[in-house]
Amino acid sequence: MFANFVVPDLLPAAPELFLAAMALAILMIDLLVKDSRRTVTFVLTQLALLGCAAIQFMTSTGEIVYTFSNMFVDDLMSDLLKLFLYATVAVVLFYSRGYIIDRPTMNKGEYYVLTLFATLGMMVMISANHFLTIYLGIELLSLSLYAMVAMNRESVASTEAAMKYFVLGALASGLLLYGMSMIYGATGTLEITGVAERLQSGSVNTGVLVFGLVFLVAGLAFKLGVVPFHMWIPDVYHGAPTSVTLFLGSAPKLAAFAIVMRLLVNGLITMAADWQGMLIILSVLSMAVGNLAAIAQTNLKRMLAYSAISHMGFMLLGIVTGVVSGDARYALNAYSSAMFYVIAYVLMSAGTFGMILLMARAGFEADQLDDFKGLNKRSPWFAGIMLMLMFSMAGVPFFIGFFAKFAVLQAVVAAGYLWLAIAAIMFSLIGAFYYLRVVKLMYFDAPTDESPLTAGMDVRILISANGLAVAFLGIFPQVIMSLCAYALLRSL
Amino acid sequence: MSNHLISLAIWIPIFAGLGVLATGSDRNAPLARMLALLGAIAGFLVTIPLWTGFDVANGGMQFVELNTWIPRFNINYHLGVDGISMIFVLLNAFITIIVVAAGWEVIKTKVAQYNAAFLIMSGLMNGIFTSLDGMLFYVFFEASLIPLYLIIGVWGGPNRVYAAFKFFLYTLFGSLFFLLALMYLFIHSGGSFSILDWHKLPIALGPQIWLFLAFLIAFAVKVPMWPVHTWLPDAHVEAPTGGSIVLAAIALKLGAYGFLRFSLPITPDASHQLSGLVLGLSLIAVVYIGFVALVQADMKKLVAYSSIAHMGFVTLGFFMFSAMGVEGALVQMVSHGFVSGAMFFCIGVMYDRVHSRQIADYGGVVNTMPKFAALFMLFSMANAGLPATSGFVGEFMIILGAVKFNFWVAFAAASSMIIGAAYTLWMYKRVIFGDVANHHVAELSDINLREFAILGVLALCTLGMGLYPQPFTEVMHASVNELLHHVAISKIQ
Repeated sequence: MFANFVVPDLLPAAPELFLAAMALAILMIDLLVKDSRRTVTFVLTQLALLGCAAIQFMTSTGEIVYTFSNMFVDDLMSDLLKLFLYATVAVVLFYSRGYIIDRPTMNKGEYYVLTLFATLGMMVMISANHFLTIYLGIELLSLSLYAMVAMNRESVASTEAAMKYFVLGALASGLLLYGMSMIYGATGTLEITGVAERLQSGSVNTGVLVFGLVFLVAGLAFKLGVVPFHMWIPDVYHGAPTSVTLFLGSAPKLAAFAIVMRLLVNGLITMAADWQGMLIILSVLSMAVGNLAAIAQTNLKRMLAYSAISHMGFMLLGIVTGVVSGDARYALNAYSSAMFYVIAYVLMSAGTFGMILLMARAGFEADQLDDFKGLNKRSPWFAGIMLMLMFSMAGVPFFIGFFAKFAVLQAVVAAGYLWLAIAAIMFSLIGAFYYLRVVKLMYFDAPTDESPLTAGMDVRILISANGLAVAFLGIFPQVIMSLCAYALLRSL
Repeated sequence: MSNHLISLAIWIPIFAGLGVLATGSDRNAPLARMLALLGAIAGFLVTIPLWTGFDVANGGMQFVELNTWIPRFNINYHLGVDGISMIFVLLNAFITIIVVAAGWEVIKTKVAQYNAAFLIMSGLMNGIFTSLDGMLFYVFFEASLIPLYLIIGVWGGPNRVYAAFKFFLYTLFGSLFFLLALMYLFIHSGGSFSILDWHKLPIALGPQIWLFLAFLIAFAVKVPMWPVHTWLPDAHVEAPTGGSIVLAAIALKLGAYGFLRFSLPITPDASHQLSGLVLGLSLIAVVYIGFVALVQADMKKLVAYSSIAHMGFVTLGFFMFSAMGVEGALVQMVSHGFVSGAMFFCIGVMYDRVHSRQIADYGGVVNTMPKFAALFMLFSMANAGLPATSGFVGEFMIILGAVKFNFWVAFAAASSMIIGAAYTLWMYKRVIFGDVANHHVAELSDINLREFAILGVLALCTLGMGLYPQPFTEVMHASVNELLHHVAISKIQ
């Protein structure tokens, strides 16, 4: 019996294994660390992420490698997304540090360990080639996030947000599992590449398959946070401690993009006509609801939540234009545009929530729009950084947000969906209003709060770099654009 | 070095602007002003070789720079000037000096940011005029909204927030359709963003019409043409003097320039088909907006409406498709740059002293400000199109072109010379002549050396261009012929 047992090739999953080991080690080490010496945990966490990046670089072959009986895949797309993931999580932890030190209930070792487990979950999602692997990744991510949202035990809003997130997240997982089981019923396999092969061979009951697909798309829409499965986003973004909002508003978008690619493109590309139709509706609704509802918000975190909904809707435009009436000629262009969009969005989102953390101090959250009033007078430099982030989010050149929108829009136009492009630009125009309002508050209004910013120098430098990167990558977007295109070329 | 003149013209003001920004708080205001002035002058100096080294016999692009920028989408950093755009680069660089000087003593808060915004905007607008790549053009076109949004919003009047939002969203609305048109052309041309390639691209009539309409929305908002002009009076009234000067002298020209660079050569058949629409809108702007200007009580609003009417002349000149009309329109654009800039500066001079722009608050200014009154007179006359001023040359050429084109168009256009004289001179009379109206006017002090220098230089430009327009028409001649050559060839295959 043991003769049949083959030790799987562990190399493609080396970063995951390393991170899992490090997370457990940090959990143990932290027990020996006093609350006042928590920096040790912080440094170890950052080293773990750095180590992952290094291992990723060393083990990347550029080829598509399957392991663990085809449950796990390592390709260039996953390598690239994971590298951005490590960078994002590292930056998020830097931004969060001052914030959680000011709030003793959150300044625990668990905060770092949960972040690492969530990261591990996202890595598993990114590299999944099996329905169960995807589910495993999602649950690892979600359970860590539920706990993180509730971490500030004294806050009623946080507890409520965690509860909502948990209930709706469980529902979404249920939908996803149900969809997966349907597809398993139709194709007889849980392996994503296997599903694609069965579908290609043509002997599949499409009725059951489409039924499963609807649930699958609904589950994905929950995880992406697109309308009409978006209800949890504003409440969770708003209720969660800002450092957790920052985390959950940035890195998981990379993983969500990855599972959309794995499930819909790698697995169900032959069903493109079906899921594209569904995603178009989700996308247009998200842009409409996200942009319109954001106008009415007075809380910046809530406004950014609606903005996230609209951005995910915009990103989906890239996914829906890959296959035009059975012709996959535009697929690479479209999917790489969507990938560029996600990466650009994560960069902007991290910077924007980072700005809220920068403005916050002990006992003051700085998450109301009015808290940004007159920032130009208090700190012209950070007002300038926020200005760049806001114009980038609105899609004004020379910032990366513009080229993200441009890349997706040209894919939409190339695929012949002119009306979709017009709808997208109209909703972007509406969206420009609320980003402009933040600039208006910072520049045109007088400050109501004259107290100086208290953030540490490391956060200041990092947020400045983040803002400048938005401008720099807006002037030179080529590198990331071609990286995305190359990675997908080698992975699809 | 000479190959990078245009890049220098774009990036010197932008980097100077960043340098000014680095001076920081208002404690360093004198340094910020000096740096800004130096940057503006340096920016102007590098544009002079564009004129002196310009080959007037060559109707194509000169001083061309071509580097890849985003190969993923075949977007290039492709710059060049022809006889049409070269003049505007110079005008823009020149007006930037005026603007920095105009805000010298007046702007007391956030001095560094104020000057930086103008310098950066100047560089971006040079980029618009010189881009030969569609996306590069668009990127500059839209990026230039940011500084003006801030200028209106931070240093503007009481209703500045409304004006800034209206300006930004209106213009963004127009330019988004333009972006779609660019993407369509990119795909239709098989993956090129080169404007010069697009000039040769065959397009069927149907798509041409849609492209033309997309261009029209973008540029009509920017010009602005009736009925999408309503943002301009608001923006002008609320903007600080420098903002008004740049808006009138340069920003409005961007839309008109877009017609010449995109609409006419890329969609010539649609331009011919829909010329009636544009001519109609232009005539409404010229005549109707002229009457609207007549009843304004606010001087800035009056000049803003007069700008719309003058820009109506420009679009009228373009869509008659004759060398006389297009050249007249270009001369009119340059002249309007000088004259409207000077008019807004004159109003600014009075506003700085009295803090009112209402005509009713003035009267008899000549008694206390004789030097100012004389110069203001010259610009008012130029605004009304008096011969020997630059205002006359352009309008006269356009009307001449119109006579050949259609008598009634010419008639309507010519009638505007009377309306123009009426609203400008009537305002002048009410503000400057008569008895001293109130104690504010009685306490006025005449213009100082700085103001005199600014107005004097603009006066020289206005008179010089009015008496001897030859150098201006000479450089644009070959390029205009080249353009009309493109317009005359049908792109339908």
